[in-house]
Amino acid sequence: MTESLVQARGLTKRFGDFTAVDAIDFDISKGEAFGFLGPNGAGKTSTMKMITTVSPITEGKLTVFGIDPNVDGRSIRQRIGVVPQEDNLDLELTVAENLYIYGRYHDMRKSEIIPRIDELLDFAQLTERKDSEVEPLSGGMKRRLTIARALINSPDLIILDEPTTGLDPQARHLLWDRLYRLKRDGATLIITTHYMDEAEQLCDRLVVMDQGKVAAEGSPRQLIQRYAPREVVELRFHDGQMDAAALEIGGLAQRSEVLADRVLLYTEDADDTQQRLHSRGINPEQVLVRRSTLEDVFLRLTGRGLID
Amino acid sequence: MTTSLGRSLRYAESEVIAYRRTWRGTVITSFVNPVFFLAAMGAFLGTLVDEGTGRTLSIPYITFVASGLMAANAMQNGAGDGSFPVMAGIIWRKNFHGTITTPLGPADIVWGRLIWGVGRLVFVLLVFAVIAVRFGALEIGPALTAIPPAVLTGIAFTTAITAWTLTQKDGRSLSTLFRFLIVPMFLFSGTFFPISQLPGWLEPVAYVTPLFHGVELVRKFALPGVDESIITSIPTWVHFGYLLVMAAVGVYLSIRLLDKRIKP
Repeated sequence: MTESLVQARGLTKRFGDFTAVDAIDFDISKGEAFGFLGPNGAGKTSTMKMITTVSPITEGKLTVFGIDPNVDGRSIRQRIGVVPQEDNLDLELTVAENLYIYGRYHDMRKSEIIPRIDELLDFAQLTERKDSEVEPLSGGMKRRLTIARALINSPDLIILDEPTTGLDPQARHLLWDRLYRLKRDGATLIITTHYMDEAEQLCDRLVVMDQGKVAAEGSPRQLIQRYAPREVVELRFHDGQMDAAALEIGGLAQRSEVLADRVLLYTEDADDTQQRLHSRGINPEQVLVRRSTLEDVFLRLTGRGLID
Repeated sequence: MTTSLGRSLRYAESEVIAYRRTWRGTVITSFVNPVFFLAAMGAFLGTLVDEGTGRTLSIPYITFVASGLMAANAMQNGAGDGSFPVMAGIIWRKNFHGTITTPLGPADIVWGRLIWGVGRLVFVLLVFAVIAVRFGALEIGPALTAIPPAVLTGIAFTTAITAWTLTQKDGRSLSTLFRFLIVPMFLFSGTFFPISQLPGWLEPVAYVTPLFHGVELVRKFALPGVDESIITSIPTWVHFGYLLVMAAVGVYLSIRLLDKRIKP
């Protein structure tokens, strides 16, 4: 029996007439990496802000560590680490000082903070930059510093809102590596992302959010199994031939999707589908066979592309 | 120490750490400009004033200006502290958004900035007071006595302008505030001449401005016994009450507005 760290029932956030989060339910267990996957505007950040107690709940019930954020947000914040979507480091301070002041905000003694800073800078691979100012650091370094800052109080729950958005691939992979380590060491993570690969790599379990609602919930594998057949055949056509081809693909696969630049055929057996394609005389310019991904799940659930 | 005071002190501590790195950037406005005014107006113009057609002031002009500048300097620093760093905290750098994900809340930020604001004002005004003494503008006693009322003046501006800044969409309106409110107040609220010199219709306007009350309070504190060529007959408690209410309303509104702004 795992302990539920965060529990939401009918959780709702409205801004005037606009409903950002629409009566969602979820449970996040201790030690789990839980993802919120969805396009911009799906309600992920609003949900994070309610969990981190910096946005009041409009309706429904939310508990973090069994505490109601509206009643005692401070006790919750004492035990969480937050990596916001936009870095909000103090640019006037040095790398170490940014960590120091957050340690103080968490009521830590100087003698506790100093060794912790060295540990965290080592973890974030920023030891060399300990005394440099924050301003000239690269985007990836700032992100890692923000994560280190979120860990200063050894939080029981770490909340990361789009941790790798805007980073180059190298910086992203380094960051993933650090998040893996946290996970391995037993941390509970909540991650929002609009990157499929990120969710597949990092999350044990996730919810797909769309327009404020939870469209599906499960592990990445479960979601793929449930909502997308095993394989995808991607067809690309010469200019002008796609519309004609789109009419002839009926019955070739369990499901098909005609996108702007390609046709997707979802199937349990890609070889069979390809053979039938040939026998119908459909000759695409390019054929790509791949395994189903979360993106296919997402297309299925929402009927549109993720990155908008 | 997780009391409200403890948390506010934690926040003030981070401001002190930041100030160790940023004070150089504030040297001109906080320390050099007031001294320029003291020299140009108090010393050089003052010679003409004192030797001019019949002395109308019962004290040397430089003493008059120095005491006025204590309050005006506090206003400048207080207003600066209530505007740009607040906009930075909510929009430009978003530090406040980060701070409230820790055990600190909006009220701790407001109180912490107030504690820090008092400390910084004391420091800035102490430096000015020492220089004013060196100029021969003030005796050491009056110079030090002028600090508490000047600090109250500065804090009233910090908190009121913090509240106002929190209602602004972006930073564009901040320079307008300085151009059309702070600078006119600096010039016309009694720092450089008694407001009885103003045209009759403008005098009541000066009475309403907070800086007038700050300047009067400083002079009534630091220059006891001066006559009505220097100060008005308005009771001291009126000035004190005005500034205290302004500061209190400023704090109250700042907490409410900051909460609304960063905890939507």
